[in-house]
Amino acid sequence: MRSDRDGLSAIVQVVARWTLVMIVVYGLAVACFGHLTPGGGFAGGVALACGFVLATLAFGGGSGPAAALHRRVAALEASGALAFLGLAALGWTAGHFLQAWTPRGAAFTLVSAPFLVLINLAILLKVGAGLFAGFMVLVLFDRGLAPTGGGEGET
Amino acid sequence: MGAYLPLFVALPLLAGFACLLLKRAAPRAAPWLSVASMLGLLALAAVAVARRDAGVTFAGGWGVSGWGGNGGADDVVFVVGIALVLDGLSRLFLLLVALVGTASAVYALRYLEPEAGRPLFHVLFNLLVAGMNGALLAGDLFNLYVFVEVASIASYGLVAYRTGGTEIEAAFKYLVLGTLASTAILVGVTVLYAATGYLNMADLGVAIAGGAVPRLPLLFAAALFLFGFGTKTAAMPFHAWLPDAHPSAPAPISAMLSGLLIKTLGIYALARVFFVVVGADEQVRLILTLLGCLSMWGGVLLAQAQDDLKRILAYHSVSQMGYVLIAFGVGTWLGVAAGLFHAVNHALFKSALFLSSGSLERLTGTRRLSEMGGIFRRAPATSVGLVGACLSIAGIPPFNGFWSKLLILIALVSAGQPVVALLAAGAALMTLVTFVKVQRKAVFGALPARLANAREVPAAMYLPVLALVVLCLLSGLLWPLGVDGVIGAAASSLRAGAGERPAASEYIESVHGRGSR
Repeated sequence: MRSDRDGLSAIVQVVARWTLVMIVVYGLAVACFGHLTPGGGFAGGVALACGFVLATLAFGGGSGPAAALHRRVAALEASGALAFLGLAALGWTAGHFLQAWTPRGAAFTLVSAPFLVLINLAILLKVGAGLFAGFMVLVLFDRGLAPTGGGEGET
Repeated sequence: MGAYLPLFVALPLLAGFACLLLKRAAPRAAPWLSVASMLGLLALAAVAVARRDAGVTFAGGWGVSGWGGNGGADDVVFVVGIALVLDGLSRLFLLLVALVGTASAVYALRYLEPEAGRPLFHVLFNLLVAGMNGALLAGDLFNLYVFVEVASIASYGLVAYRTGGTEIEAAFKYLVLGTLASTAILVGVTVLYAATGYLNMADLGVAIAGGAVPRLPLLFAAALFLFGFGTKTAAMPFHAWLPDAHPSAPAPISAMLSGLLIKTLGIYALARVFFVVVGADEQVRLILTLLGCLSMWGGVLLAQAQDDLKRILAYHSVSQMGYVLIAFGVGTWLGVAAGLFHAVNHALFKSALFLSSGSLERLTGTRRLSEMGGIFRRAPATSVGLVGACLSIAGIPPFNGFWSKLLILIALVSAGQPVVALLAAGAALMTLVTFVKVQRKAVFGALPARLANAREVPAAMYLPVLALVVLCLLSGLLWPLGVDGVIGAAASSLRAGAGERPAASEYIESVHGRGSR
């Protein structure tokens, strides 16, 4: 029997280390280019949350790189929401709440609408952390309901 | 005007997420952040009501430029954004949310003191307020749906807050029924959008009045809205979740749910959708009257059999919403105004009652009326608050409940519905009976030996109740002064006069008159 603190085997951990980087970068890219291609902060956030879930499954929740994330997930989610609110409130300087207050760049480039990139990144943080928190709650709930304290496979 | 409207949603969101962020750095700041955000909302709402602000503003007023244009201000063809609309009705309810929210937040300061290190309550509390304010300001049906969901989901969490078996069960029941209702609302929105291509409520109202939607889809959408918003109102056949959910929440949340949530997501949304968008023709009004009579009597009769104080109050919320529905069923200006007045009054006295029930539970260690008694000498301030609120809901003059029930009766009789008026008067009598019993058992009578050392709750817990009772008394004494400016403006916003099509309402005029730029 494996304690869930250990995470999965070394093979999985090595592969996860590689794929994790790609997943996080992919999530960021989907969010940053949300105003140019299909995607955006929500879709990018879902990818990011999947990365977090992979990290937890591969390295375990109790220690390792995922543990730091676990402690800060609420703060990360709150930061995303507050960043969105802050960016939106700055829109008042341009006339409206949520107005695009940054200067415009050349069309169809990343900086054509910097405001949208920033907003999408804030949403990425909020959705990524929020979905991951939801995943963790489900895990904890499952453990709470299983009095043996182990996984389902052991019974 | 109106640039400050997004603040009604942004301020509680800011406070809510700040509570979460400050969880470690300042764990005791959360209750005070809630109080501060509620006081800020109270100031904003007071300004809006005092200045009688009305009109449209956009969150994200992004000018869409013409093809080949330079994108400058001179080239703007139309504005894209989330329309936030303020009118008489939303002003009234925003003020109400701020008033009851402030009382609940202050009450929670001491009530939840043992759990001061857990900010979760305050995060959800602020999300609940943000959702309700957003629903009140939304200018289109889809955003109405979104904010209804935000407030509903926060309320599911708050009902389950204590995480005991009963609480989880109540929250799950509430979640299932609430989600069914929300889905019905979403499908209704889809039907109207498919038929007209509009989501904006003012545009939809005009299009539907002009016959843009065939009869069958319109009836289908109306039925879905009636079920969806009827469930949020807890009108009688759709009420099953409320008597479990409202008593399970902590007392300040019971006050918010029974005092505000069933009105902002239920009564307000029903009024907005039926009087502005779908149109309240004779059939709709007949259904509202039937639902109202059923809720009025069903709620009051089921309450008689209860011993748990909070369940009695919850069943009476069902019953009192029945009065509002029959008043809307009359459909005249007087009927709508009387219904809104009663909704306002109910928010004040029912939140006072639920907060009192929390104090009583703290004092006596039980919610069962049969185990309470004679606490008047031990806790005079709590007792005075409870008795005042009981007199209001029972309809004793000069408290506000008397006047709004009287106005509803007058509206019913003058619209030629004496039978419904008789039913309403009978239910009022039954309400009186219940609350005489509540007072008799909780406040007066003999003090049980085990309560001999009961001590008055802290001032932060009885002062909000007393403040709400004073508001009940003031709105009972001074209501003729506020009828034109506050209640009347809200009613006119829905209905210019009896029998007119919804397109004539001031709401649509205020959206179309000032919205296009």
